[in-house]
Amino acid sequence: MEKRKSIYRKLFSSTFYISAFTFGGGYVIIPLMKKKFVEGLKWIEEDEMLNLIAIAQSSPGPIAVNTSVLIGYNVAGLVGALVSLWATILPPMITLSVISMFYSAFIKNAVISAIMKGMQAGVAAVITDAVLNLGSNVAKKKELISVLIMLIAFIMTFFLKVNVVLIILFGGLIGTLKVVLHERRNKGGGE
Amino acid sequence: MVLLKLFWSFLQIGLLSFGGGMAALPLIQNQVVDLHGWITLKEYTDLITIAEMTPGPIGINAAAFVGVRIAGVPGSIIATVGCVLPPFLIVLLLVRLYLKYKNLSAVQGALSGIRPAVTGLIASAALTILILILWGENGFSTNLESLNFVAFILFAASLIVLRKWKPNPIFIILGSGIVGGAIYLLL
Repeated sequence: MEKRKSIYRKLFSSTFYISAFTFGGGYVIIPLMKKKFVEGLKWIEEDEMLNLIAIAQSSPGPIAVNTSVLIGYNVAGLVGALVSLWATILPPMITLSVISMFYSAFIKNAVISAIMKGMQAGVAAVITDAVLNLGSNVAKKKELISVLIMLIAFIMTFFLKVNVVLIILFGGLIGTLKVVLHERRNKGGGE
Repeated sequence: MVLLKLFWSFLQIGLLSFGGGMAALPLIQNQVVDLHGWITLKEYTDLITIAEMTPGPIGINAAAFVGVRIAGVPGSIIATVGCVLPPFLIVLLLVRLYLKYKNLSAVQGALSGIRPAVTGLIASAALTILILILWGENGFSTNLESLNFVAFILFAASLIVLRKWKPNPIFIILGSGIVGGAIYLLL
């Protein structure tokens, strides 16, 4: 019981911390979550994390919220999911409620906007670092199909603006075909 | 009554926004500006600016921002809960299916194709953000004058530190906020 409570507490504080210091949308927060829960706490494996991100993207709603709910559920069941849900939404909810009350002063404050601008460059570096790690992990497995799927998915979203859900379906379809063809070939070889 | 309307509006936003924050923008605008007139279009564009500079997904930022204006703190809570309730339930349903079937070889195969696709998606989003930060809203250009040099140097220095010493990213973000903030104010 004590152990469970300490997991909830760790889950809440880690998620709250990440949520409070992450500016911008889901793609900023995902690399940070990956760093914390996969590399830092080692609660989730990298492959499992990517599966969870795919589920988060396949359902509606903010990706950051979806991903952290899934991490919470994976680590500590339904209570875990609720704990990470609140830890994710409280920081922006409190921040925006306060800003909403003083918003015209906030928008014009030169110091605040200069610091925010500086932070953005740091955020860009953090995301780039995470992407380099993820990309090299795909490349390290030395599977041509995976590398191709990654490149095609990149081109389809970045240049062609294809819907995210379609790209996930595309990846899933190619992956399934690969396994089915492989099994069929193995069966053929065995006879 | 107004609380109920807020809840219902943001429930729809949460339910229908597939594909993350940017996909939610037109839905939010439709609900809070066009349908209900809770905030003006000018306030809505300010809201997007604020959302870019503050933590959290745009949907939650909009819910809290609009909720407070319309019905105080209870409004903020009700709107936010409305926004996350549908995705919360859907995501839990999907993960239960995933946990139940993840050992089937077809599902394994599908996931092995989805993982690199997700990596490609993240790379695309990262590049979009990178271009926005280094070149501004007009997008990438080979013209050196349109590159924000302060941002570029902060970015390059941060990336080198990250690759070499692997510090906690929060320190990188705070550090570049302090250094960058000072430079921008002095320039």
